[in-house]
Amino acid sequence: MKALALLRRLGLPMIIGGFIVLFWIVVALTIDLWSPYDPFSIVGRRLRPPSDVHWLGTDGLGRDVLVRTLYGVRHSLPIALVVVLVSSLGGAMLGAIAGYLGGKTDSVIMRLVDITLSFPAILLAMAVTAALGPGLGNAAVAMVVVSWPVYARLMRAQVLTMREREHVEAAVAAGAGRVRVLTRHILPLCWSPVLVNATMDLGQIVLLAASLSFIGLGALPPTPEWGQMIAEGAVNFYQWWVALGPGLAILSVVLGFNFLGDGLRDLLDPRSAQ
Amino acid sequence: MPLLLLGIVTIAFALSNLTKGDPLISIIGERQMDNPEIVAAAKARWGLDRPLPERYLRYVGNLIQGDMGISLRTKQPVARDLMDRLPATLELVIAAMVVGVGGGILLGVVAARYRNRAADHGARFVALLGSSLPVFWSGLLLLFVFSVVLGWLPGPGRLDARLTPPPGVTGFYTVDALLAGDFTTFRLALTHLILPACVLGWAVMGIISRLVRSSMLDVLAQDYILAARAKGASGPRVLVNHALRNAMIPTLTIIGFSFAYLITGAVLTETIFSWPGIGSYTVDAARSLDYPAIMGVTIVGGSAFLLTNLVTDLAYALVDPRVKLG
Repeated sequence: MKALALLRRLGLPMIIGGFIVLFWIVVALTIDLWSPYDPFSIVGRRLRPPSDVHWLGTDGLGRDVLVRTLYGVRHSLPIALVVVLVSSLGGAMLGAIAGYLGGKTDSVIMRLVDITLSFPAILLAMAVTAALGPGLGNAAVAMVVVSWPVYARLMRAQVLTMREREHVEAAVAAGAGRVRVLTRHILPLCWSPVLVNATMDLGQIVLLAASLSFIGLGALPPTPEWGQMIAEGAVNFYQWWVALGPGLAILSVVLGFNFLGDGLRDLLDPRSAQ
Repeated sequence: MPLLLLGIVTIAFALSNLTKGDPLISIIGERQMDNPEIVAAAKARWGLDRPLPERYLRYVGNLIQGDMGISLRTKQPVARDLMDRLPATLELVIAAMVVGVGGGILLGVVAARYRNRAADHGARFVALLGSSLPVFWSGLLLLFVFSVVLGWLPGPGRLDARLTPPPGVTGFYTVDALLAGDFTTFRLALTHLILPACVLGWAVMGIISRLVRSSMLDVLAQDYILAARAKGASGPRVLVNHALRNAMIPTLTIIGFSFAYLITGAVLTETIFSWPGIGSYTVDAARSLDYPAIMGVTIVGGSAFLLTNLVTDLAYALVDPRVKLG
């Protein structure tokens, strides 16, 4: 009964999202144990349609599409995690400093935020990746560059409102230093919008990483990365199954994180649920 | 605003000079890199022998005069390349905007009207699907289904390759064909436009419909809606004349904001549909590390984005007299 009550409190979207994400995490961790084929080796004739041996067919070289799709999560998920972790922590920290200190520090940081946000994300990400050279690592750097400002803005707004609370005044009156007031009395109250945004961002970063790989700036062949695989599918346009697996994989991960983020928002901020 | 523009230019310039790959390789080819004479000549020719601050100032100076340098790939002025390709992108983006805003408002109103019922969940799912689908995959899939399997719509491109484009007045093939009175070309241009516009429009439908739904719900809870109903106004009338008009105010901002998504989507959609616009130009430039072109596109994209935000703010003040521009 308790478990049922908990599930009801979480809501359907969060359960669906949780299941999807959990599925991919389990796949990422255990695929080596049960995968019937190696993602890099040629296991059949090229461009064969789905069959009972190769459920999603084979690609242009004769590799198993399903196995490569499942292995793809090992690139997409860790990259999204690292990018979101770095940009949310870094961005939030800069935003908190800007909001708490105000003055010159604030205007310098916020100008930087404004300039970065005035680029459409994909253009800036493409320019950064092109400058650093193609590759998944450089694409990750580019994605951090485009995604931190949102967190800075969110956190700054939070800190600005929390700063005026009475308990902060009390802490200052009690002789707490600046660092202590910020880290102990303000920041703990500011995390929930950052957390919600980070969850939704995980899906968006998976999408952006795949886009960069699709263009040819991210993962390079023969890496089984979803965007890269769809690019191969675009070459073999008439063999629809080549791009089917990675496309569905991206869709499911993005949907999963969107559901999870939506549910998390309702949970953390009951007012917005209404 | 001017500060932001300068920031955009500076970042674009800094990025293109950060590169590890030597742009000289793509100018003179890898084999010639061992020949010091040719390298020096090429450096002097492209101004790469000057110190960085001087190159920066020269770039900004040229930019003010509308000169973005020469593309390493097409060997043409970047500004002209962009102007040539702008109409194709604009035509696509405007058509996608019509699909996205129209569909978004429709889905949002339906969802708000039938709140928490099947139609609401359905509309929200369609919208969510749009914003979760990678356009470079949905485009591929829809192209396959509608053009290859069903044969209802033509393949990629703006027109069939053997047709000559209509005389260029606006650069929009649909409008130009109509102006020339050529209905066959008009029909072809339109059918070529439908699929990419739907793919791109669907991607922005999500954020628009979400906002329309929530602001419709806010408005529908107001007393004047009740008053209008009490006075006997019909359901659709209340919904459209009383509720939607007021709900549109916050939606305006998101329409401006969705422009960023449209640009992102256009880059990938154009690639899939072989659409000869700025998006596919950008991808080609990035793939061949064509720095002048990448810089040009980044600067133009950033400025266009700034401009839309400004226009959105102005439109906001126009629609809602309570908003004062500070």
